[in-house]
Amino acid sequence: MVIKTWIKVARDNKVTIYVPHQDIGQGSFTGLGQMAADEMDADWALVSVLEAPAHEAFANGAMITGMAGDLGVSDGLLSTLGFVIPKVARAVGLMLTGGSSSIRATGQYAMRPAGAAARAVFIEAAAKTWNLPASELQAANSRVTHASSGKSITYGELIDTAATITPPSSPRLKTPEQYTLIGKSVPRIDIPEKVNGTAKYAIDTRLPEMKYAAIRHSPVFGGTLDSVDDAAVLKMPGVTRVLKLPATKGTMMSPGDGDVAVVVVANNTWRAENAVRALTVNFGPGLNGNLSTASMFAGFDTAVSTPPKKDLHKQGDVGKVMNAAGAKIVEARYRAPFLDHAGMEPLSTTALVRADGTAELWVGSQVPLMARGAVADALGLKAENVLVHNHRMGGGFGRRLHVDFIVQAARVAAEMPGTPVKLTWSREESIQHGKYRPASVSRFKTAVDAEGYPVAWENVYNWHDDDAAKIPYGVADQHIGYVEATAPVPNGPWRSVGHSRHPFFTESFIDELANAAGVDPYAYRAKLLTNAPRHRAVLDLAAEKGNWGSPMPKGSGRGIAVHEAFGSIAAQVAEVTVVNGELKVNRIVCAIDCGQAINPDAVVAQVQGGALYGLSAALYGEITLAGGRVEQSNFHDYRSLLLQDAPAVEVHIINSGAALGGVGEPGTPCVAPAIANALFAATGQRARELPVKVQTATATESAA
Amino acid sequence: MAFQLTINGRAREIDVEGDMPLLWVLRDEIGLTGTKFGCGIGACGACTVHINGEAIRSCQMPVSGVAGPITTIEGLGAGQADELHPVQKAWVAAQVPQCGYCQSGLIMAVASLLAKNPSPTDDDLKTTVTNICRCGTHDRVRAAVAALAKA
Repeated sequence: MVIKTWIKVARDNKVTIYVPHQDIGQGSFTGLGQMAADEMDADWALVSVLEAPAHEAFANGAMITGMAGDLGVSDGLLSTLGFVIPKVARAVGLMLTGGSSSIRATGQYAMRPAGAAARAVFIEAAAKTWNLPASELQAANSRVTHASSGKSITYGELIDTAATITPPSSPRLKTPEQYTLIGKSVPRIDIPEKVNGTAKYAIDTRLPEMKYAAIRHSPVFGGTLDSVDDAAVLKMPGVTRVLKLPATKGTMMSPGDGDVAVVVVANNTWRAENAVRALTVNFGPGLNGNLSTASMFAGFDTAVSTPPKKDLHKQGDVGKVMNAAGAKIVEARYRAPFLDHAGMEPLSTTALVRADGTAELWVGSQVPLMARGAVADALGLKAENVLVHNHRMGGGFGRRLHVDFIVQAARVAAEMPGTPVKLTWSREESIQHGKYRPASVSRFKTAVDAEGYPVAWENVYNWHDDDAAKIPYGVADQHIGYVEATAPVPNGPWRSVGHSRHPFFTESFIDELANAAGVDPYAYRAKLLTNAPRHRAVLDLAAEKGNWGSPMPKGSGRGIAVHEAFGSIAAQVAEVTVVNGELKVNRIVCAIDCGQAINPDAVVAQVQGGALYGLSAALYGEITLAGGRVEQSNFHDYRSLLLQDAPAVEVHIINSGAALGGVGEPGTPCVAPAIANALFAATGQRARELPVKVQTATATESAA
Repeated sequence: MAFQLTINGRAREIDVEGDMPLLWVLRDEIGLTGTKFGCGIGACGACTVHINGEAIRSCQMPVSGVAGPITTIEGLGAGQADELHPVQKAWVAAQVPQCGYCQSGLIMAVASLLAKNPSPTDDDLKTTVTNICRCGTHDRVRAAVAALAKA
């Protein structure tokens, strides 16, 4: 029997849980499985978790009224799931994996109720079978038992009766003391296949008679492909086709993308890549051939010199306070660069387009339904004729919320009906044609009281995308907002989105205020968090576990930061040392309140990973442009942490019982300000730009 | 031209250009996709395999230069309980992988190090295992190696 799209119980008592998300290694399949299985009292050993096919059945209410779907889904949990849909519509409606939403939205509002409904149905089915009152029956380990008679039956043996029972519309959920799986660090189900090479990523797709393609984009964003001389390349071994690709229509959150590109199709990835590099191609610069990082930042700097033109948050009257006689004003401005996601798996898609108007895609996508729609649009196919096979992803971090590389593969395959084609971007193409974390400048102006605490807070920045500039601190008058100043650079969400840069701005500035006031930066924050008890508790825990205040050797220092993102509150204490002019991060201590950790070890892993992802960016990450082109090309000049660079990362969890927060992204935001503040503690140097650089004496002199 | 290779104990004849990197012979010509393409310039280590037990970056090794038997992630645990090498078992125990893409290369690099130096220091690990992991599994890699060094 199928308890509607989410849960299937088979006659042999095996349970399959279908989830409308992808597990990119964050452990969400395990966590979502735990939530459903706990509520249904399933035997964890019998549970498997699969990604739901890219089908509307899993994305909106349509299935619930009885669509058979790809799985032979029966009619069903309309009443149970009806209330769920609006709450999870944003994420589930797109089958989107992003926004740290899997557990707190889908898990909480779909998986748990579906599991609880299934449990109620099996109890009812056993009651019917035995002619006993349901109130005398218990469920545990995928079995219903009747204690006084000793009767016992598996869920699998009950499926025929269960199929005749209407699931309850508001199943009772467990209370925390009844949990058997939630809150336990069960081993992640995706790990065994990731240690023996059997995990399949999109780039691993192999099909009979398939071809391999490589691509080269116009190096300037918005540039043109003027001419291609392919005569020599078509004679190279294994090369079969040279194709030009039109601009990909705007993808999510980056309407401006649209490179033109040339593709070589061959019988091996390496041959295709060699051939595409050997092509004689004339690219035109289009309108952006003079674009440079310096010119963009100059524009941003000018833009943010005014008060906010669009408000994110406004309370009181900052102007009145700042203009009052004798007001003490403190100002600073900060800058953050473009960043590429640089997931370890280069972008790749295999597509097969048939003459009969059907197509199949082998992808690694955070938005498989959107990929299906975009390919159908691009090729003029019906969406229901496009079948999407989603795979494990070698890192998402937001880059796979875009479908540009998927549409390209489909366009190539459409030129060769019946032949599957795998398009693989080189690392160079992946880094130079990203959807970058936007660069931004943020300017602060505050009025502080006699003790140096802010009483009015003005903050203006460019390139707005979320609410990350809000502050938790008790400042009476606030005006936070932005000026719309962007640049023609493809951009999009990068792990933690705006939270990847605003906490660097706000938490560095707060640190500057604390130091200007002569107050310990931790104590200063704590005083301003009197009315934010969850923030205060997280800050206190990070400070305690991070040995805040204990002596450190000369040249070393600690920095602290706290920030709320995706429903979770996180704080970090970083310890750094400057050795021979190099910043060395020795230790990072994180505290997080995510409401409740569903799988504590997976939460620890996510916060560790989020912190180190942020640390790579804070220490080295910078995409720069000159002549309209990205200057970086591979890991030698877009560096990432190696073992020797990576500090130990400790994670301490607060199970506050508050609404569930995400964990995939909140580990990232605090790293940059924590290490920048630690650098100040160690050296007195204030880093107002990312990546954080230690100023050498020579550099300081030449800047002066 | 034709090359005679021994891969995971099995003899293979491959007829390709001599400068084709071993990585692409493994992935596209033979179908052993557990060895990953990450950067193509030998910077990330995702393509690490063993030749004669020595960890090498297969994207930088032309097939004509291969002298000795090749072991890939698919063959690392051959003949062991559950077909898993002790490093693979330690990886499961420490719950190391996240996205998993770089892990084949990391495991191969660590297995080669431990074969020569069963109790590596932190410094040995740092100088030998220079793979990139974007998910940030670094702490758990160290924990898994420490557990193996004690065992």
